[in-house]
Amino acid sequence: MKIRKNIAVSDSGFIFNPLTGDSFSVNPIGQSIINSFQERKSDKEILDDILQEYRIDKNTVEKDLNDFIRMLENYKLID
Amino acid sequence: MDIEKKTYERPIIKPLNSGLMNKFGTRTEYAPKTHIDGVKVKDLIAEYGSPLFVMSERQIRENMQSAQRIFETRYPKVQFAWSYKTNYINAVCNVFHQEGSWGEVVSMFEYNKALKNGVPADKILFNGPDKTDDDLRTAVKNDSPIHIDHLDELYRLIEIADDMHKKPRVAIRVNMDTGIYPMWDRFGFNYENGEAWDAINKIMASGKLNLIGLHCHIGTYMLTPSAYGVAATKLSVLALNIKKRYDKIITYIDMGGGFASKNTLKGSYQLGTDAVPDIEEYAEQISSALLNAGFDTDELPYLYLETGRALVDSAGYLLGSVISNKRLSDGRRSTILDFGVNILFTAFWYDHKVSPAQEFSQYTEDTVLYGPLCMNIDVVRENVTLPPLNAGDHVVVHYVGAYNITQSMQFISLRPAVVMIDMKGVPHKIKSSETLEDVERNELLPSHLSTFEL
Amino acid sequence: MSKPKYTIAVTGLNAIDSPGPGMAVIRSLKDAQSFDVRIIGLSYETLEPGIYMHEYVDKTYQVPYPSAGQEVLFERFKYINAVEDVDFLFPNFDAELFNYISLEKRLWDELGIKMSLPTQEQFEARHKVNLFDYGKEHGIKVPFAKMIFNTTEIPAIASELGFPLVIKGKFYDALIAHTPDQAMQHFNKISAEWGLPVLVQEFVHGAEVNVCGVGDSKGETIGAVPMRKLFITDKGKAWAGVSLDDKKLLDITRDLVQKTKWNGPFELEFMKTNEDEYYLIEINPRFPAWCYLAVGAGQNQIEALVNLTMGTKVIPFKDYEVGKMFIRYSQDMIVDMKEFEQISTLGEL
Repeated sequence: MKIRKNIAVSDSGFIFNPLTGDSFSVNPIGQSIINSFQERKSDKEILDDILQEYRIDKNTVEKDLNDFIRMLENYKLID
Repeated sequence: MDIEKKTYERPIIKPLNSGLMNKFGTRTEYAPKTHIDGVKVKDLIAEYGSPLFVMSERQIRENMQSAQRIFETRYPKVQFAWSYKTNYINAVCNVFHQEGSWGEVVSMFEYNKALKNGVPADKILFNGPDKTDDDLRTAVKNDSPIHIDHLDELYRLIEIADDMHKKPRVAIRVNMDTGIYPMWDRFGFNYENGEAWDAINKIMASGKLNLIGLHCHIGTYMLTPSAYGVAATKLSVLALNIKKRYDKIITYIDMGGGFASKNTLKGSYQLGTDAVPDIEEYAEQISSALLNAGFDTDELPYLYLETGRALVDSAGYLLGSVISNKRLSDGRRSTILDFGVNILFTAFWYDHKVSPAQEFSQYTEDTVLYGPLCMNIDVVRENVTLPPLNAGDHVVVHYVGAYNITQSMQFISLRPAVVMIDMKGVPHKIKSSETLEDVERNELLPSHLSTFEL
Repeated sequence: MSKPKYTIAVTGLNAIDSPGPGMAVIRSLKDAQSFDVRIIGLSYETLEPGIYMHEYVDKTYQVPYPSAGQEVLFERFKYINAVEDVDFLFPNFDAELFNYISLEKRLWDELGIKMSLPTQEQFEARHKVNLFDYGKEHGIKVPFAKMIFNTTEIPAIASELGFPLVIKGKFYDALIAHTPDQAMQHFNKISAEWGLPVLVQEFVHGAEVNVCGVGDSKGETIGAVPMRKLFITDKGKAWAGVSLDDKKLLDITRDLVQKTKWNGPFELEFMKTNEDEYYLIEINPRFPAWCYLAVGAGQNQIEALVNLTMGTKVIPFKDYEVGKMFIRYSQDMIVDMKEFEQISTLGEL
């Protein structure tokens, strides 16, 4: 997944898409996922990171991660 | 180590809405409800299953005692009668009876339930438009006050009384314009057009019935307390006219029910907790109307109250679990719960308060809450702001003590158990969850349909 | 003698094409001669212009929507007050008044915040749906109106009153219907947005004239300035108006304040017929968006209201300049994305 260039996530979880003019807010885990994408991490790596960091099962994370990516697509934040 | 890991929260992204102000806004109700009367929601579900109705004995008693105090400090002669249809689980009824409530029933089924619970027959008020001859005979024999709903019933009762050589104690139900909409003119005899006075004249002329009371029930979920003042005044006028014309003292005025609970009606701008009148306001209206009506002090009628919803709604909770989260095609989040409108019938007219049963961060999402039925109408909340719920998480629906248990449907799935938490914080199962055997108990299978081959 | 400095919180910062009264109230407060102010803006949306007008608003806090309930609102005020120590609060939206009236005592007792509001009874009694009876009680002409819950009642009312009819929402919105079909369409539109009941009102031909004023709760009118709209936007809002010399209208106003013992700000909306009869259309228990015209005409009623409530002696205004005009304008502010981010994510700016 590749986050569009010029999209920045601020520390407060604020996202501005300069291409469309839309702005968004994300929660901390959403923020770190976007940061990971910007670091060119793969879905698999991100999933492992989350499993490492949080008390949660793999199925749930996989499902939520897919949904989150779909929403990023929906909001035109990824290429 | 698992312990070291952080609590998971689903990633969420929300567009910062730069649209115009939505005047209805979004209700925020995500403060978690983890315990009911000191008992963990989690433990209740583990022990009794999900979904689960939970009644708080403490809350019922507090509601009842408080309502009694509110009315008795304003009016000297007050008698509550528990409205069986609101919630007729025996344990619930008996808490009310222990607090001094009589019974108020609208069918023979409810009548027998009240008798079986041990309510003396002369303390069961028999309401409703559907009383058969047999029902009437039973009530006459037992000396239960019969509230006459229509002329056919009045004539039948006169015949039955004649036949049984017994003078039944009766009241008539009166409907009237109290300035509110809709006017419940389908029940009882109309005040304004003289129908009520005609019925009274017929009763008095027959000599067969002992007219002791006047009854009304002006509506449901009444948000205008002044309507009760109007109603009490009109019934008082009738009572005083009866005294004047027939020298007959009416011993009670039954103001029925209809006081609102703190639920939020759909389409209401304000929350129910903010907008719904307190019982004091209803009490003030009724008592001042009666006290100012012009009764002689020693002939002041008893005030009967059939309050149901306002006394029991807040004592009931529905616990449930998240089955799944889905993304709707328009991007909205939806959450499927393991209970739907089959057991939460009031979801059709309330925006029920739904709380998560576990702690969450401050991040929230707008969500549609669906029930589990394969039916499009199965919507628990059309739009609610909640923290991201995971499958398996629990939720608590508030203010469900009135009508949901009595109106729940055995449809598609079995009805859940009901638990009551006692004054010491100990849960008791007061109704088991339904079984396949329960549902099939009354089914009969003709022998030619007993086998098949596929 | 040094002037006191008050911290005053104000809602209604939406100075858009159908503006809330907040910015006008704030300008009036800034003009006050008898005290200095620090203005705390209270916003519902992140794009309310007032949030970004730092020369008027010193600090803005987001507040929950009225429908979120009073507890949530009170909690927010506890937080805001801990930082700002608010002296006085101006609610400016009709839809939020119910909550603020309910919270009036707690805001004062627990947080020391004063407001000047009608009582819940006064608020209810002057409500659109009760206005007809209210007028009867106080001897003021009000167009006949009926609350309806479904469209089946429309033909009967229409045959009694004739067309056109005014169809009104419980809180906002008023549409004129010239045919039964239109009346039903308007009913459906308004009930979908504002719920039931919907008000059907007799249409009174004439010119709309409004009064902005303040009552002192004892029957005295502290100030009152009548205005006629000169230009109306497609949303029915005044874009320009002029102060009037209308004795009869002022007499009606003073009489109403006297009879109702009105407390706090008000806007009275009248229809003046060709026969010089005045029909009361609406009472808003708050300052209107055009209240700065009253200041411009010599009555800083906003300042007077604060002084009245804070216990400073106030001499009722006797005069104002007739023929003062207001002409509203809009301009584009240039705002940094950083500011939008801050109000959006932190709820404060």
